[in-house]
Amino acid sequence: MSIDTHAAGAPRHSAGPPPLDPGERRKQARQVRLGRLDLKASPYLYVAPFFVLFAVFGFFPLLYTGWVSLRDWGLIKGDQGFVGLQNFQEVLTDDKFWNAMYNTAGIFVVSTVPQLLLALMLANWLNRKLRFRTALRMGILLPNITSVAAVGIVFGFIFADRYGLANWILQSLSLDPISWRGSRFASWTAIAFMVDWRWTGYNALIYLAAMQAIPRDLYESASLDGASPTRQFWQLTVPLIQPTILFTVIISTIGGMQLFTEPLMFNYGAAGSGSGLENFQTIAMYIYYTTFEGNFKYGLGSAMSWLLFLLIIGFALINFLMVRRSLKGSK
Amino acid sequence: MSVPRRRLRGIAAAALAAGMVFSAAACSASDGDSGGEGGGGTVVLQYFGSPGFDAAIAAFQTANPDIKVDAQNMGELKDFTPKLNQWLATGQGAGDVVMLEEGTLLGYLETPDKWTNLLDLGAASLEADFLPYKWANGFTADKSKLVGLGTDIGGLAMCYRTDLFEKAGLPTQRDEVSKLWPTWEQYAATGKKFKESPAVKDVAFIDTATAVMQPYIMQNSQTWFYDTNNNYIVESNPIVREAWDFGLQMAADGLTGKLQRWQPDWNAAFANAAFATVPCPAWMTGSIAERAGDAGKGKWDIATIPGGSGNWGGSYLAIPEQSKNKEAAYKLLTYLTGKDGELSSYKEKGNMPSNVKALDDPAFASSTNEYFSNAPTGQIFGASAKSLKPIYLGPKHQGIWENHFETEMRNAEQGKKTSDEAWKTAVADGKKLAEG
Repeated sequence: MSIDTHAAGAPRHSAGPPPLDPGERRKQARQVRLGRLDLKASPYLYVAPFFVLFAVFGFFPLLYTGWVSLRDWGLIKGDQGFVGLQNFQEVLTDDKFWNAMYNTAGIFVVSTVPQLLLALMLANWLNRKLRFRTALRMGILLPNITSVAAVGIVFGFIFADRYGLANWILQSLSLDPISWRGSRFASWTAIAFMVDWRWTGYNALIYLAAMQAIPRDLYESASLDGASPTRQFWQLTVPLIQPTILFTVIISTIGGMQLFTEPLMFNYGAAGSGSGLENFQTIAMYIYYTTFEGNFKYGLGSAMSWLLFLLIIGFALINFLMVRRSLKGSK
Repeated sequence: MSVPRRRLRGIAAAALAAGMVFSAAACSASDGDSGGEGGGGTVVLQYFGSPGFDAAIAAFQTANPDIKVDAQNMGELKDFTPKLNQWLATGQGAGDVVMLEEGTLLGYLETPDKWTNLLDLGAASLEADFLPYKWANGFTADKSKLVGLGTDIGGLAMCYRTDLFEKAGLPTQRDEVSKLWPTWEQYAATGKKFKESPAVKDVAFIDTATAVMQPYIMQNSQTWFYDTNNNYIVESNPIVREAWDFGLQMAADGLTGKLQRWQPDWNAAFANAAFATVPCPAWMTGSIAERAGDAGKGKWDIATIPGGSGNWGGSYLAIPEQSKNKEAAYKLLTYLTGKDGELSSYKEKGNMPSNVKALDDPAFASSTNEYFSNAPTGQIFGASAKSLKPIYLGPKHQGIWENHFETEMRNAEQGKKTSDEAWKTAVADGKKLAEG
């Protein structure tokens, strides 16, 4: 854009303008000033929406939540005064918080590991010369654009104990029906199905983009050296897209720690009631329950939110270090 | 080239700035269109469940063409409660008229400044229209402020499937069925007889053990989790444990369907005729008809509840203080809780009036329910309405019941915990909720 203005503006000055009356000259000077301002200021204006939105919906709530977490604040009753770190103390000694923590971490592992592996395979497959390649590539993103609430409701029906599709299939294979909400591992698996159904395609597309950037001749020379496709995949593709894998792991960590809608829908829309909830209540659900469903403890919920925020940062860092080390080792 | 582009850029910048201003303004503009004068304008009504307001609202609209009613169905009570709490907390978003359930009402009465005093709008003259306990419960603790007027009440009965009773060799006529179970013990004994029949071996007698809790306790005690000073007393209230043990004994005898109420499996169980009886407050008849669908029509009937009369549930309508159109809101509120409005929702969804004029009206008293084999519902539900003893529920009753006691009792019913383990957890968690 700047080149353009310059190119268009330059000849006008070099040609030596005819004498102008003072009014015309002032007008021109104003235009030049405006143009200069435009050049300097408009880029900031263009990026401003993000920062304005982030400040309003990201940064301000973060600070405000921090402030609320130090106070005894009932949702309807309002602010009851400063209590220091009492809320944090209460959270850290709360069994249910740690139970929710355990569930969140468990569901994260059960869903993310197969999800990313599957996404890698999918991407590798889509990277080949296939018929209807574009349609297939677009198709795997479809689950991601469906409303998560709709997904939750449908999967809630599939994994219903008595009249659900999953148990119907199990029973027609003459297996015992599973109490999907009754056991920890069964509920984690069911939720992992929902999460993976939605996010595998998304991650696969990211991997695919990274794979497309790998020069073809690398594969050609690998083939000449007699490397099998599997070996090419593990020893060529995976190491070369290492930064992308790292990116998806971190994004998945953040998403996994905040997991809310899928388990909520799995519990038919309630964050804080329902049998067997101790098996799959996530941190985000527990925060929502504490703040909006149970005792309306805004301060306590805020303290949990802050702890979750710190935990996500911690988790992301650990992930970052672990994945980086393991990928370095595999090189 | 440069000039038009610059102009374009200027336009883009202006549009962007305008867009940002508009989007900021949109948040505050959305709730500003209800400020009508002289009772006109839009009234937002927010309700949960199936209160059967549709016909009543249509009639109200015809009578008051200057008021536009925006009726919003907020789903089940558990979906509505958190939303309403947020709106009350932030001071915007709540409707002009909102529905409050009996089990959550006292919690809202603890913050009287969030609600409009209906006495200021002229409700004092309506006292004689309502059942005395229903009228009294709409007041704040100091009796200075009337927050809500009663919609329906939950007069109790027992709904049962005649086709399943017939298969099991039990009587099917509602009078004879009522005679089978004057007490809960006899009800359970009938259940055992029912289960002896091989023709119904896959059918449960009752949907879930937790279903007996509400009628049982409401018949036998004046308090439940709280005493009238809002102290948490469940450990010293023997009736609660008695009802708990009774329900779980039925489960141990194989009489219960181990279902979770209000959820897909439970809904599907209605369609699949998977249980034979369900305690039904008047408002439940609408829920049953919705779930069992046309296939169940004429197969259901209504008998009296074991253990005598009692009340289960029922709601109120209130006007949040944040409403900007209180006069029109009050018009709608008094119409819906008036004789015509309550008779209309009774006709639509079977919700039983709390308005005495409606209860006395032949349209209620001599009414029958076609879906339930033309059972004389007005007579069955009405019989107990005027004599029933109200029970004191306390501020967080609904949360304690749904989140802790119902959940833990179901865990025990489904064999995931022993009764004692479940009870201990429920008592402790309920205490935390009640006193937190």
